[in-house]
Amino acid sequence: MSLFDSKSRQVLKDPLMQDNPITLQVLGICSALAVTVKMDTAIVMSIAVIFVLTMSNTVVSIFRNMIPSRVRIIFALLVISSLVTLTDQYLKAYMYDMSKQLNVFLALIITNCIVLGRAEAFAMKEGPWRSFLDGLGNALGYGIILVAVSAFREFFGSGSLMGYQIISEEMYASGYQDNGLIAFPPGAFIILGLIIWVQRTIGKIEEE
Amino acid sequence: MLEHYLSLATKAIFIENILLAYFLGMCSFLAISKRVDTSIGLGFAVTFVLTITAPANWAIHHYFLEDGALSWAGLPEVDLSFLNFIVFIAVIAAMVQLVELILDRFSEKLYHNLGIFLPLIAVNCSILGGSLFLVERDYNFMESTIFGFGSGLGWFLAIASMSSIRYKLRYSNVPLRLKGLGITMLLTGLLSMAFMAFSGIDL
Repeated sequence: MSLFDSKSRQVLKDPLMQDNPITLQVLGICSALAVTVKMDTAIVMSIAVIFVLTMSNTVVSIFRNMIPSRVRIIFALLVISSLVTLTDQYLKAYMYDMSKQLNVFLALIITNCIVLGRAEAFAMKEGPWRSFLDGLGNALGYGIILVAVSAFREFFGSGSLMGYQIISEEMYASGYQDNGLIAFPPGAFIILGLIIWVQRTIGKIEEE
Repeated sequence: MLEHYLSLATKAIFIENILLAYFLGMCSFLAISKRVDTSIGLGFAVTFVLTITAPANWAIHHYFLEDGALSWAGLPEVDLSFLNFIVFIAVIAAMVQLVELILDRFSEKLYHNLGIFLPLIAVNCSILGGSLFLVERDYNFMESTIFGFGSGLGWFLAIASMSSIRYKLRYSNVPLRLKGLGITMLLTGLLSMAFMAFSGIDL
């Protein structure tokens, strides 16, 4: 088996669009919405999820034959929460402001259904390399949606992108106003709803 | 004192609804809200487990993990708060198992109604989120209990209303690609907007 045969490529590519964890598998929506007011928090969150998901998938897959199936969920939770603790301590040490902004939502990666869902559905059955790719693919698919939602919310909610002001002072002076509601929770739900609609129309995907 | 607790409860149930303002517990919310009766069952189970785990995790954090919490054991410099996540999730999983055992032994009817949901609850973000919020906001024992109960009730309210809306939605003509998840997100947005209207209330 070569490292990038067609099955491995499919495992990596599918979750980006055709089988996206957020819009199609309906996993991990909790944190997808809370951290998307600003783009930079969304990007840091995506990186954290990429790290946790690839590592947890690999570790769970390595140990998959040694764990009795009755305790497999507890085992997966332990692996995941150790990885999240690591990430949290790292952020606290090197990016303190960011860890303050992410607040409890970084810790909530533990109960993010993406991580446990992929461990259950994929890593328990497949080898470490495929599981690593599956974790990477799903985390990237998650990141794409996260960054898309946050770009919309930051642009329409506060007129900036990545903290840089896009909409100029003259626009505000001539009467343009930011849509404050987009920065509040309802905006997140509605934007994600619209993104799901657009994505399913492009991908020609139907539910049920 | 009573006023303080009452306002804390109102805040947890309506103003800062754990689902509609903090997005916690979305996964099971989206998956379960297709049916009214199962939603109500899961709502009860979440309220129940949150009311138990919030004070339990408060006690563990306060007496074992907090900075300087181990001074009763003669170890005043020890700060174990980095263990918070692992311990909390273990306590929640253990509590859920315990509740399942107790229900199985004493109330068969309740066990059959809630039993299938209990394993789901261990990974419901609203439970872990509740415990993390009470550490962050520095609540005391009584406040944590009320906060846990209030958050659970708020979650119950949200899922019960959503399942009723989705029940009615079966007879509506929704655009093909918007069906299912898409329209549910839009409706949750509207529901969340409605709950935002409570934010003017101050007890």
